[in-house]
Amino acid sequence: MANKVTSAVMRQGLRVLGVAIRTEKVVFTFAVLASAVYGGMTVASAWALGWATQNVVLAAFDRGEVTTGALWTGVLLIMGTALLKALGVAGRRILAGLMQYRMQARSRRDVTKQYLRLPLSWHHRHPTGQLLSNASSDAEAAWAPLAPLPMAVGVVVMLFTAAIGILFTDLMLALVGFFIFPAIALLNLVYQRRLSPLVTRAQQLRAEVSEIAHESFDGALVVKTLGREELETDRFRRRAHELRDANIAVGKVRGLFDPLLEALPTLGVLAVLAVGALRLSTGSIDSGQLVQVAYLFTLLSFPIRALGWVLAELPRSVVGWGRVQAVLDAEGSMTYGETASRPDGPASLEVKDVSYAYGDTEVLHEVSFDVPAGRTVALVGPTGSGKSTLVQLLVRLVDPASGQVRLDGVDLRDLPYGGIAESVALVPQQTFLFDDTVRGNIALGLPVDDERVWRALRLAQADGFVAGLGDGLGTHVGERGTTLSGGQRQRLALARAVVREPRLLILDDATSSVDPQVEARILYGLRDRSQASTVVVVAYRMATIALADEVVFLDRGRVADRGTHAELLDRCPGYRDLVTAYEREELERATLDTDTDTDTDTDTDTDTDRRPGLEEEEIRA
Amino acid sequence: MTVESGRIGAGAERSAWGVVRQGLSLTPEFRKGLGVTLVLAVIATSGKIIVPLAVQQTIDTGIATGHPDLPYITRMVAVCAMAVLLTAAAAYLMNVRLYKATESSLATLRVRGFRHVHDLSVLTQNTERRGALVSRVTNDIDQISTFMQWGGLMIIMAFGQLIIASVLMFVYSWQLTLLVWACFVPLMIALPRFQRWLSAAYTRVRERTGDMLAAVSESVVGAAVIRAYATERRTAERIDQAVDANKAAQVKAQTIVGFVFPLTEIVAALAIAGIVLLGVRLGLSGDITAGQLVAFLFLITLFVAPMQTATEVLNEAQNAIAGWRRVLGVIDTPADVADPGDDGTAPPRGPISVAFEDVTFAYPGGPPVLREVTVDIPPRSRLAVVGETGSGKTTFAKLLTRLMDPVSGRVLVDGHDLRGVRFSSLRERIVMVPQDGFLFDGTLQENILYGKPSATREEITLALTELGLADWLEGLPAGLDTPVGQRGESLSAGERQLVALARAYLADPDLLLLDEATSAVDPATEVRLARALEGVTRGRTAVTIAHRLSTAENADEVLVFDGGRLVQRGPHAELVGEPGVYADLHASWISAARS
Ligand SMILES: Nc1ncnc2c1ncn2[C@@H]1O[C@H](COP(=O)(O)OP(=O)(O)O)[C@@H](O)[C@H]1O
Ligand SMILES: Nc1ncnc2c1ncn2[C@@H]1O[C@H](COP(=O)(O)OP(=O)(O)O)[C@@H](O)[C@H]1O
Ligand SMILES: [Mg+2]
Repeated sequence: MANKVTSAVMRQGLRVLGVAIRTEKVVFTFAVLASAVYGGMTVASAWALGWATQNVVLAAFDRGEVTTGALWTGVLLIMGTALLKALGVAGRRILAGLMQYRMQARSRRDVTKQYLRLPLSWHHRHPTGQLLSNASSDAEAAWAPLAPLPMAVGVVVMLFTAAIGILFTDLMLALVGFFIFPAIALLNLVYQRRLSPLVTRAQQLRAEVSEIAHESFDGALVVKTLGREELETDRFRRRAHELRDANIAVGKVRGLFDPLLEALPTLGVLAVLAVGALRLSTGSIDSGQLVQVAYLFTLLSFPIRALGWVLAELPRSVVGWGRVQAVLDAEGSMTYGETASRPDGPASLEVKDVSYAYGDTEVLHEVSFDVPAGRTVALVGPTGSGKSTLVQLLVRLVDPASGQVRLDGVDLRDLPYGGIAESVALVPQQTFLFDDTVRGNIALGLPVDDERVWRALRLAQADGFVAGLGDGLGTHVGERGTTLSGGQRQRLALARAVVREPRLLILDDATSSVDPQVEARILYGLRDRSQASTVVVVAYRMATIALADEVVFLDRGRVADRGTHAELLDRCPGYRDLVTAYEREELERATLDTDTDTDTDTDTDTDTDRRPGLEEEEIRA
Repeated sequence: MTVESGRIGAGAERSAWGVVRQGLSLTPEFRKGLGVTLVLAVIATSGKIIVPLAVQQTIDTGIATGHPDLPYITRMVAVCAMAVLLTAAAAYLMNVRLYKATESSLATLRVRGFRHVHDLSVLTQNTERRGALVSRVTNDIDQISTFMQWGGLMIIMAFGQLIIASVLMFVYSWQLTLLVWACFVPLMIALPRFQRWLSAAYTRVRERTGDMLAAVSESVVGAAVIRAYATERRTAERIDQAVDANKAAQVKAQTIVGFVFPLTEIVAALAIAGIVLLGVRLGLSGDITAGQLVAFLFLITLFVAPMQTATEVLNEAQNAIAGWRRVLGVIDTPADVADPGDDGTAPPRGPISVAFEDVTFAYPGGPPVLREVTVDIPPRSRLAVVGETGSGKTTFAKLLTRLMDPVSGRVLVDGHDLRGVRFSSLRERIVMVPQDGFLFDGTLQENILYGKPSATREEITLALTELGLADWLEGLPAGLDTPVGQRGESLSAGERQLVALARAYLADPDLLLLDEATSAVDPATEVRLARALEGVTRGRTAVTIAHRLSTAENADEVLVFDGGRLVQRGPHAELVGEPGVYADLHASWISAARS
């Protein structure tokens, strides 16, 4: 772990700083210039004060009078250095901030561009929380040392001019300085070495405490329904107490070193007074010079710590930079081809020997099937058999490990960027809405007029509730659509797909939160327009499957069988089990009801006299 | 104290003083020994005047006369050095005490706030964005602690410093003291105004940061949709805008700081120049010694740091009070669906009966969504609840599990009003499985154990086998040790529901309530689950909400909701024959489910 100020971390940290300096050359140059002015003027102000003490104050006390010329020179010197110093401080702070925030913004833009560019398979391998913190806190940490950096450079200038100034004043006093300032620097170094691992740990714990709170509040319904509030509080308490202890450990180190760092320059001033008095008695210096050096020590004691701040931020910066860089370096971008797609008429789809794995676990094994243009195919299979995964391959959210997916005979990988979205629309199993208006969520940048949006909403059976929303199409749906119910969100997602009039429409269990009546209406609507497009639909419900010309039955990542619904029903036991589960269930129950007393397990082949379905058939007619 | 019930308090009704007072009363760890810490702070602060004193002594006892009294100066310097070490030691002790006291008290407050959030009803929790709610037990608390450990200390030290410096100045020369104050008072008057600018700027930074984080999160959470619709460019633009707006706000705040901060330097220089001008004149008339005059120049530096940091400190003070307000706001929000605790009854476990008496419910500010529902759920019955989306089924479930309380009417469990039943008993006896199978980041086993922390691995395997999920478990790469990912994102949607169901099943309640808990699960598995549940829930009560009406066909009784009213009830066979909502629902189900 790189949480100590080791020389390796130092080197890496300096390299990170180098990157920032190269990227923001101009701002950095001016920030350093401003800081140098500040550093120089800090020393100059001490010098001005010394001069005024000697030539104005002491002169006046000695001689009992004061020349106006000396008086005003002193005042001008003091005010002049202060003004310049203030300008230097303002420039340094503003420019340092500018540099830091620009670099942070740049990292954030780059990182999110990368998130948008990297394939979904990469996203599958990285937890959401981690990606969010890469873009926020890591990008922040990476450039945190930039804030004190120009000041630190200014301090170096300051120390340098001060050293020369003292050397010219008196060798003995300079010796005191050369003892005190390195001592302060050394103490600072020890301080930061002790502190930074503790701070890193506290930060880590702070993030963990926050994560627990997030997860726990997110899962509030589970916590409540199972009555696990106490358990959750314990989990939180443990981490909160670790954080408390970590913070106290930080506090102990801070509490020790801060007063020491303050005491050391004070002792230096006292030493200057003692040594200075000695030198004064031998006539080597005058009183003004003594005051000047003492004042200089007072002024320098604080800024010198800026060196320590940079050091303190370095380990965090290195870690943050490393994480940001890992995202930026991530390989596996999707490459696109040039083949233009035929833009009209329903599309045809071919899946050839497609395999796919999450990490080492292969979940699709040599899947093959095809969907002729204008046809509807149902993908059916048990939970976890790989339907959603397959669907992701069909729209090239991920690329297959082996095999091919072809749209109109063209490998998806040969289509240009945007070429698939132009022809294909997917309604995923998990609805995602942007924090945008209803209209924005449906159009997603597509130039469509309101009329067309309403038509899509009608088809998705969403026009009713959208019309009832406060601002109609202009209503904001809130963060991830929290103001809407699950079924409402699903219907907006459906409208989003159909508004594009896609040549291939893919529905992944897209009506699971919608009740059967609404679902039926949606399906009728889709069927009415289905000449316009090819449809692949993941479904369990018979009505949906009945819409399909063909069924692909997926089991444990393999195509177990394909054919018409009737064929599969006839020859594929797994399929039959799956889709007739409700009917069989009912049959068995009917039988069970007849002989409740016997309490034996029933078989499926008992008589079907009491099949309740008969009545329903009448209702349907 | 008027906290609007049903919302999390913003604490806005309290004055700043009230916040601090109540905050302190909630943190006894902090108040204990505060006196000693303050005494140490005073000692530590007084260390600041050692240097000006020593300078004055050195100059006046020697330099000014031209013959330094070396032994005296040496003695004096030695005494001062001792004093410096002493004050450093005091500062160390004070720091450690302060850190310990604040961290302990804030940890307590943090845990208390967290616990209280869980005591609030889901409805109340949902009135606030998750991030903001989390903030109340993280950032808000951190803000208080930063202030207590830095800002608060700075205020005490700054006041101490100003007072001590002024006293010493006054001893040397009242005229010059007046001059110094005349220079600094305008700045002091202006500081609160600067602080208001700054605080407005920082508020904007916080808001923009929130927007930025929300925009960034879309690129991660919405990864699939963004790719499927090729809206990368549009999303990138939105993010860039948010990132740049955030940057602009930060730069603006920094610019304000950049201009305000060095103002003090200029004022200090003015004061120094004034001291020289006036001091020399006073010196000539013998009112002040040279050493005293020079000491003034050093004493001015004690004015600089407090002024320079004042805007930051004031700002932090404001943040801390705002943070405290929000934390207290949570703690003060009445637990609207409260555990009666020891005052409550705890009906024994076993067959359970539930009754709704004239229950009406409306979401805050909305129309009634459940109206005068009266129903009996006898022990050992299997009940199905059906109705169109929005008809009030989930609301019914939430009232039955007491996630919310009725607006009027009563829900009874074994004849006891639900509001008087202890949570420990209630949560053990009645468990609901919501549609969204929320999982915690961990393994499958850890998630299932959540239903019954004391269960062994064998019990878990047995439970999964009883539910007919043994095959599924075997198919998983690492079995029970398969990591599910954050919120279960590395499982398929249906699998997440299976885990959620297994978790509730292991909890073994007297009444199991499934709210579309298997909506993403395939029919065969669903039927298997239903049958398994039936097998083991024989003797228990089961309430199932589902769009798949096969559940209704199998239930002892069906409750049909329409527009918030219970419009029909009875066994399937009966209801399906009479014209009405159920017959309609069933017809469309039949056409959906049958070949
Ligand atoms: N992000 C992921 N990481 C690892 N495994 C996954 C991920 N998503 C799905 N899986 C696994 O892949 C298999 C197929 O999942 P999925 O395609 O979602 O199934 P279906 O849609 O048929 O229910 C499941 O066993 C599931 O656990
Ligand atoms: N948190 C909420 N705030 C306001 N209204 C709500 C909330 N949850 C549900 N509703 C409204 O209450 C009604 C009943 O909802 P619900 O009980 O979820 O229906 P169901 O479960 O039958 O689909 C709906 O009109 C819905 O819009
Ligand atoms: Mg799926």
